[in-house]
Amino acid sequence: MSEGAVKKVQNTCIDESVLIERCLRGSKDAYGLIVNKYMKDAYFIALGLVGNQEDALDLSQEAFIRAYTNIRSLNAQWGFFPWFYQILRNLCFSHLRRRKNRHSCSLDALVELPDSRQQSDCPCTSMEKQELTETLWQAINKLDDKHREVIVLRHFKNLSYEQMAKILFCSVGTVTSRLYYARMKLKEILERQKGGL
Amino acid sequence: MTCPEYKDLMMGYLDDELDRQQKNQFEQHLKSCKDCSAELQQFKKLKKITDSVALAEPEDVIWENYWSGVYNRLERGIGWIMMSIAGIALLIYCGFKAIEHLIEDPSISIALKITILAFIVGLAILFVSALREKLYFRKKDRYKNVRR
Repeated sequence: MSEGAVKKVQNTCIDESVLIERCLRGSKDAYGLIVNKYMKDAYFIALGLVGNQEDALDLSQEAFIRAYTNIRSLNAQWGFFPWFYQILRNLCFSHLRRRKNRHSCSLDALVELPDSRQQSDCPCTSMEKQELTETLWQAINKLDDKHREVIVLRHFKNLSYEQMAKILFCSVGTVTSRLYYARMKLKEILERQKGGL
Repeated sequence: MTCPEYKDLMMGYLDDELDRQQKNQFEQHLKSCKDCSAELQQFKKLKKITDSVALAEPEDVIWENYWSGVYNRLERGIGWIMMSIAGIALLIYCGFKAIEHLIEDPSISIALKITILAFIVGLAILFVSALREKLYFRKKDRYKNVRR
């Protein structure tokens, strides 16, 4: 996966501010460049939060549309991605609330890494690994929004604590604490489901 | 149970986010605290499980068509707004014309004219009232900028 979105913002700060200026003047081409830069981050975060590829595509595109129509409320100090992330997460959480039964549609977000069996100590069969992937996803699905969010950002997007703090608009201490309780809950759910890690 | 003051350090240690001094401090603590040591092992097992899976990569065509999807939806959104505004304007114009005809038509009884007019005025009051309430609450909502 590409390097973190927040890092990209820092590296291309000048270019991005120019692009945003052009967006404010109504240039859709400039916005197209911003979308191309962040589409993968947006899609994968949405996928981690809602768990379904079709919904992830729809919600991430909808977030870009809302961001464009509200681009005037973007504060230049924040940078595009942290601001955009707030729109995306709110859309994803609203979607989850509407989709009351989270198991009602197919959840196809996670796949087993091809070389994970070599990395892992356990001599699991392919079927056991697939079962584990499903169990893990069900457990993540049971976490509440803020805990699910930090698990997705840390484990599946590989963001650093500082990058997470920036897009969540909170301190690194809050991120660490949230991550601790998220992992505790995830561990408990997995223990209940599997009878031990 | 983990010592509360070490839970942040434990997460940082697990994710390799600590500087050398913090790492040494936590490792010293681990030597003397069996609970934290056991908890760390549990978290390491959990991390191994989460590291063995990844988010599913979509087909390349998704990325190729991504921007055009956003662009088309943006364009459609503008189309909807224009159509809605024109629709409302058209509806108001037709409404006025209909009322004009209604008043001028001698074949309709006065009682029916009054009933129809009362219905239209009532509908207009309800619409304006609902709109005003929506705008008022939007302006006064103290929590509108709260991030969840």
